[in-house]
Amino acid sequence: MLDYAWLIFVPPLAALLVNAFFGRRLGKPAAGYLGAVAVGLSFLVALGIFFGLLGLPAEERSHTVTLWSWIHIGNFRPDFALLLDPLSSLMALVVTGVGFLIHVYSVEYMKLDDEHHQLDARRYARYFVFLNFFIVAMLILVLANNLVLLYLGWEGVGLASYLLIGFWFHKPSAADAGKKAFLVNRVGDFGMAVAIMLIFAAVGAQAGSLAFTDLYRVIQQSAPLLAGVASTVTLLLLLAATGKSAQIPLWVWLPDAMEGPTPVSALIHAATMVTAGVYMTVRMSPLFELAGNTLTWVAWVGALTALMAATIALTKTDLKRILAYSTISQLGYMFLGVGVGGYVAAMFHLTTHAFFKALLFLAAGSVMHALHGELDINKMGGLRAKLPTTYRTFLIGAAALAGFPLLSGFFSKDAILVATFEHHAYLLYAIGLVTALLTAVYSFKMVFVPFWGQPRDRKLFDHAHESPALMTLPLWVLAALSVVGGLVNLPFVATLEHWLEKLVALGPVGKPEHPALAVELALLAVSALVALGGIWLAYRAYVQQPDLAVRIRERIKPLHTLAANGYYFDWAYNKLVEGLWAFSRFLAGAVDQQSIDAAVNGLARAFGWLGSRTSRLETGLVSLYALSLFVGLVVVLGYFLATAIIGR
Amino acid sequence: MVPLSWYLVLAAALFSLGLYGALSRRNAIAVLMGVELILNAVNINLVAFNRFIVPAAVNGQIFALFVLAVAAAEAAVGLALIIAIYRTRNTVNLEDADLMKG
Amino acid sequence: MTLPTLDLVVLLPQLIVLTAALLVLVVDGLSGARSWLLAGISLVALLAAGAAAIWLSLQPGEPRRLQAMAVADGFALLFDVVIVVAAVLGVLLAYQSIPRISQQVGSYYALLLLAVVGMMTMGAALDLIVVFLALEILSLALYILAGFNRSEPRSAEASLKYFLLGAFASAFFLYGAALVYGATASLNLEAIAAALAGGSRSPAMLYLGIALLIVGFGFKVALVPFHMWTPDVYPGAPTPVTAFMSAATKAAAFAAFLRLFLTALPTAQPTWSWALAVLAAVTMTLGNVAALRQRELKRMLAYSSIAHAGYAAVGLVAGTAQGAGAVLFYLLAYAFMNVGAFGVVAALERAGEYDVARGRLAGLSERQPALAAAMAIFMFSLTGIPPFAGFFGKLYVFGAAVAAGWGWLVVIGVINSVISAYYYLQVTVEMYFAAPAAEAPAAAAAGKKGRAVAKAAAPSPAPEEGKAAPAPLSRATAAAVLAAALGTVLIGVLPALLTGWIAQAVQGIF
Repeated sequence: MLDYAWLIFVPPLAALLVNAFFGRRLGKPAAGYLGAVAVGLSFLVALGIFFGLLGLPAEERSHTVTLWSWIHIGNFRPDFALLLDPLSSLMALVVTGVGFLIHVYSVEYMKLDDEHHQLDARRYARYFVFLNFFIVAMLILVLANNLVLLYLGWEGVGLASYLLIGFWFHKPSAADAGKKAFLVNRVGDFGMAVAIMLIFAAVGAQAGSLAFTDLYRVIQQSAPLLAGVASTVTLLLLLAATGKSAQIPLWVWLPDAMEGPTPVSALIHAATMVTAGVYMTVRMSPLFELAGNTLTWVAWVGALTALMAATIALTKTDLKRILAYSTISQLGYMFLGVGVGGYVAAMFHLTTHAFFKALLFLAAGSVMHALHGELDINKMGGLRAKLPTTYRTFLIGAAALAGFPLLSGFFSKDAILVATFEHHAYLLYAIGLVTALLTAVYSFKMVFVPFWGQPRDRKLFDHAHESPALMTLPLWVLAALSVVGGLVNLPFVATLEHWLEKLVALGPVGKPEHPALAVELALLAVSALVALGGIWLAYRAYVQQPDLAVRIRERIKPLHTLAANGYYFDWAYNKLVEGLWAFSRFLAGAVDQQSIDAAVNGLARAFGWLGSRTSRLETGLVSLYALSLFVGLVVVLGYFLATAIIGR
Repeated sequence: MVPLSWYLVLAAALFSLGLYGALSRRNAIAVLMGVELILNAVNINLVAFNRFIVPAAVNGQIFALFVLAVAAAEAAVGLALIIAIYRTRNTVNLEDADLMKG
Repeated sequence: MTLPTLDLVVLLPQLIVLTAALLVLVVDGLSGARSWLLAGISLVALLAAGAAAIWLSLQPGEPRRLQAMAVADGFALLFDVVIVVAAVLGVLLAYQSIPRISQQVGSYYALLLLAVVGMMTMGAALDLIVVFLALEILSLALYILAGFNRSEPRSAEASLKYFLLGAFASAFFLYGAALVYGATASLNLEAIAAALAGGSRSPAMLYLGIALLIVGFGFKVALVPFHMWTPDVYPGAPTPVTAFMSAATKAAAFAAFLRLFLTALPTAQPTWSWALAVLAAVTMTLGNVAALRQRELKRMLAYSSIAHAGYAAVGLVAGTAQGAGAVLFYLLAYAFMNVGAFGVVAALERAGEYDVARGRLAGLSERQPALAAAMAIFMFSLTGIPPFAGFFGKLYVFGAAVAAGWGWLVVIGVINSVISAYYYLQVTVEMYFAAPAAEAPAAAAAGKKGRAVAKAAAPSPAPEEGKAAPAPLSRATAAAVLAAALGTVLIGVLPALLTGWIAQAVQGIF
């Protein structure tokens, strides 16, 4: 049955093609339903894969389905093949499951455009084409059995993200944001491409397919082959991951990506695509363990990103921007988890985060929907009366994000913190705890400021209306998942951990020891206290004494300014790009004109000894070009001469 | 007998003259003439090498004949192009051929 | 006296095309010949030549030879296929636009076919004399084609520049050939290799010769610093000519470049590979950096083609069978994606226009979604994004270079493809994320910017005042763009179809 796993691609591909060619004729909302149903069918296939694997004995849960032989060049022979194992099936479930809910939500949400006009049918259909394309690319990414195919998916989701961020292209900011996302990601992709080539150069003879299973085999049996390049390769992979998953130093594109439609932010820039970096690091974790030091880098990048993004989130008042920084921060947690060897914890948090962050984004979309696109929380207030469903679901999402005891986010975040503690990385643990406190504060800021208190903008408030059922239904489903999502890996039961057991045992380091019961319970209690403390702080600062927040801000003004400006990463990048740009202009201009002219003049003078009228050489462009031929010849010859002399 | 090196020096001198002509002339026809000089240098080389290094073979001489023939064809095409540009521009000065740059 | 046996079947593809070229001239001479007939003859002949090449390559046994002059091995025949691809697309593109700029449609097709004959012979040549003849046949035809637009002074200028510099470069090439002859006493590539196997008697002469040969080929494939004609000639020449020559000339020149350097000069490889590596690095970088600031499409594509010559040269630097196969694969991919991109430019061109400003693409996704999608595919493929042909081309080339120990060159190459993403992306941004600039003022007056206008303009773009609208997309142009897009995607999805074949074919040149 697992051999039919390729069926998972068929519905979204078919829907994509139908919508691309007949989307306008299908019209609204049929095109949307088509897209949503297709992803629903994919979800059923993903369930089939899951149960298919479940039916196998634990040690056989790694099944390769080769669709066709893709590239065969000497040793280099990656296939178009799928790897079905616990890790990929978990990702496929998350992608199609959350993806399905967000597609359903989009059917209604995308009827109107960003300025609350009717969206015309063609663009409506195109939206679903892009969204289905994203699902296909993401599934390729997570199901790929080798690095090259993973790279294909990696680029594919980047392309989808770029197209969808720029979807409201009449806004220059949206088009710019799309471009920025694409270009920043190219930097990461550079790391990925070079890493793949280095891996191939090292183990091409043993694992020319670049399949993960072959790489694992090489790592287990002949690790010395890779030991030389492991550090370089894993650092390059880390660079790639920081691009896709918006970590330091390449995180700058994600906040801008909020220019895209809100369901896109929920699906791509919160629940699925941005977690691809985490998935890839977990997938390649045996190699990371071989490299040793890189995992420390991963942990620190994750922890610092988590902390810094959380502080930035506190300073923002735009609902989606807060959520964007929160996403960056939570992804930081996941990298922290990977870095300390808590792969299961990271995957656990990835899953629960997909639920509650998608929920928060969709609820935020519902707020935008109600308020005609308004996102500034300082203009909202008292909305819980007008938007009861949105409020309740948002509250659940925010509580899960804050780590409110017994909700999904509580268990998954705690799992990462426990892993960090057990790794004896106490400084990282402390950073994680502080971040958890900040997380709780900004989460409930997003609850208290817009939904509690008095309306701050009467006109907006009066207009507000609850969203239709097709939009609230996915909210409730996600809310339910956010509550019970923790069950997949409760401490002491550790279902997910058993599911992912094989993966954990892959690396040379092997399966981590479980902490003592008392320690684990104590850490759980600390996490709970921190979360509750954060919520209480938020209540003090944003409900009881609204001036408290202002006073604190004044007290730490420089710090606040630093965080509010995103630690000047954007500014630095802009300077860098400006510099590069100037350099390129100089280079292009210089090489094409000035320097050639200079060379001509120089050469003309050099030719002076040949006789009279040296300026004869400056006779316009054709001679100039011919001269360049000649100069090239002289240079090549000079080079030959030099090697001949040195050679002897 | 005149040694091979003399032929090579003569060819090199012709090559340099042709090169200088092609690089320094403003007139398209003069540039073309410079190129033809280089081709003649090539021919001298080919024939001399044939004579001194592989006297039994004739491939160098045949190559030289081909070069002559192709040079004629090249000159024909080149002059036609120069006439074409003269018709539109009334000049064959290469300094004026600068509609495109950068 | 016995006549030598001439196995002319070796040149079957060339002979088919040559016959067609003559036939086109005859048919054109008969009064009342229609343009479709001429194009039809050319297309049929090209496809037949392609089929003949494939048939020949499937023959078992040793490759057939025409004395020691030419060979019909897999390497030559696969390059024939690449050239046929570019030529077929070039003929389709010419069908609409050449009659607009010239009366002499017959000579156009005849010259194009003659150029194809020369190009195919480049790959098959086993003797420096044949290489030279092939080079001149293709060059002379292209000089004339570049100046085919008689009403456009830039076209004449492009042609003259191309001619003078081309003649200059050919002269260098010839001088190099003569010196190699002097150093090895042979003009046959295999005999040269044999003569060098025992060490050269006069290394100075040999290296001077190699340097001159590098200049000659470097000019044809546009390696920096022998590239300077490219940004002038590409925009100046009529677009179908540019499309054809950008891909086909590069393929033909690389074919001879590879065979000459790998078959005849392998012993000198440590020396020339380093020189070429530096040239490749400089070429990639300069091509991409200079392309960044171009606002006209043809000029941008000209610089981009310089950069791609650099990428392809990386495969030559590797100097292995894998590297040679990579170059072949790369050029096939390039034929589809680059001719396709020029095809889109041709479709957008207005009568009497010299180059197409990038801004003209604004809103193309609304007006002509299929054309925009095709252009997006070409741009992504040129950037090297999977699953398009260009990605595998780069992967193959860079992989070969890494395997041969040229890591630093590959890093430069990958950095360059990151840089190139910027200007290729600009094109897609323009098509998908920009409102048509010319209509913006009207939109501002209407109150809502962009959207309302985009809607109004969607069914039929109103011609801007004072300028002719682009001619409606002809079926031939559409077919060319579609075929190029399909090829770009297909090679990307199923590269394994070709790679096995290529890997086998390139063995013959070692």
